[in-house]
Amino acid sequence: MLYIPGNNPAMIQQGGIYGADSILLDLEDAVALNQKDAARTLVRNMILVTDFYDSEVCVRVNHLSTPFGLADLEEIVPLQPSAIRYPKTESPEEVIELLNIIEKIEDRHCLPHDKMTLHAMIETAMGVQNVFNIASKFSRIDAITIGGQDLTADMNIIYTPDGTGIDFARKRIVMAAKASHIDVIDTVFPDVNDEEGLRRETEYAKKIGFTGKAIINPRQIDVVHEVFTPTEEEIRKAYRIVKEFRSNSAAGIGVFAIDGKMIDAPIVARAEYLLRLANVTVE
Amino acid sequence: MKPKIPAQSGTFESSDVIVLIEPLPNRSGRKIEISSTVMQQYGESFRHIVDGMLDQYEMTDIHLIAKDKGALEPTIKARLETAIKRSLGQQEGTLT
Repeated sequence: MLYIPGNNPAMIQQGGIYGADSILLDLEDAVALNQKDAARTLVRNMILVTDFYDSEVCVRVNHLSTPFGLADLEEIVPLQPSAIRYPKTESPEEVIELLNIIEKIEDRHCLPHDKMTLHAMIETAMGVQNVFNIASKFSRIDAITIGGQDLTADMNIIYTPDGTGIDFARKRIVMAAKASHIDVIDTVFPDVNDEEGLRRETEYAKKIGFTGKAIINPRQIDVVHEVFTPTEEEIRKAYRIVKEFRSNSAAGIGVFAIDGKMIDAPIVARAEYLLRLANVTVE
Repeated sequence: MKPKIPAQSGTFESSDVIVLIEPLPNRSGRKIEISSTVMQQYGESFRHIVDGMLDQYEMTDIHLIAKDKGALEPTIKARLETAIKRSLGQQEGTLT
């Protein structure tokens, strides 16, 4: 997910050419306070006419407690991007308030309530404490994300490249997403010149359960894709596991072995997940 | 409508346009100055967009200066809309 500042026309109009899975047009932290109105109008116009190719388009609006949040929703909701990303989500009550406003705007424009989804950003200590209730109660929330920079600020700690300070939050947010069967996207890696650091952090995020990672520069796309894309060897192995599972199941055998290693239901489930990611069908 | 206050929007960055608006005395009409890095190719089209936006907001007694660095139509329209609304006091931004 590639962040693009909402007041930068050059970056927005080129946003779709880099091959990111999704692009996030940012009206919040990437826009100066005295340019919020300009960014909102620009993003609205650009979404209407710009071809973003295969990238999903999301918009991060300002929080409703700011003077900009409601105006952002009034302009952006009628365009029905793939998702609205809501910053600093701290409680289910906030989501209810947000959804009420969104649905009223959708009603005024004769739009359905189930097309555009929500991404809740968890970037305060209170949000981390309430994350399961945020993630699990709303069918329109199909992803939660961690905002590392704001979270460290809220915790009064210094961001460090090893992510020690936000490690508990990362894992708690992942667990809430897994329990709610939704996607979970890791925070940005801020040093665009440190490719190895980005790779290390992305590998760690994948290892603990994140399903994607936010990025701030197109140069970071390849590394994130390399880490999250299953390798050919992984796909072949998963294919073999699922295929043999099916033939063994037909013969009434639940547990079997491949190359001397026991294969049971959890391993099959992981293999099936990997094949879904790779868009591979077992015949 | 007449601009109430001077206003601007946009930047001097590539693919952007900076728009400045200032009020003129009553019955002055419109004074429009456009400069662009692609004036020869798109100057006429740019002027058409400016006229269309000013007509849409029924703007008069206005001095508008646009300095373009190759902005696309949605960007030009967004910057014009923002500058107009700021000049009418409907939105806050620079110079207000």
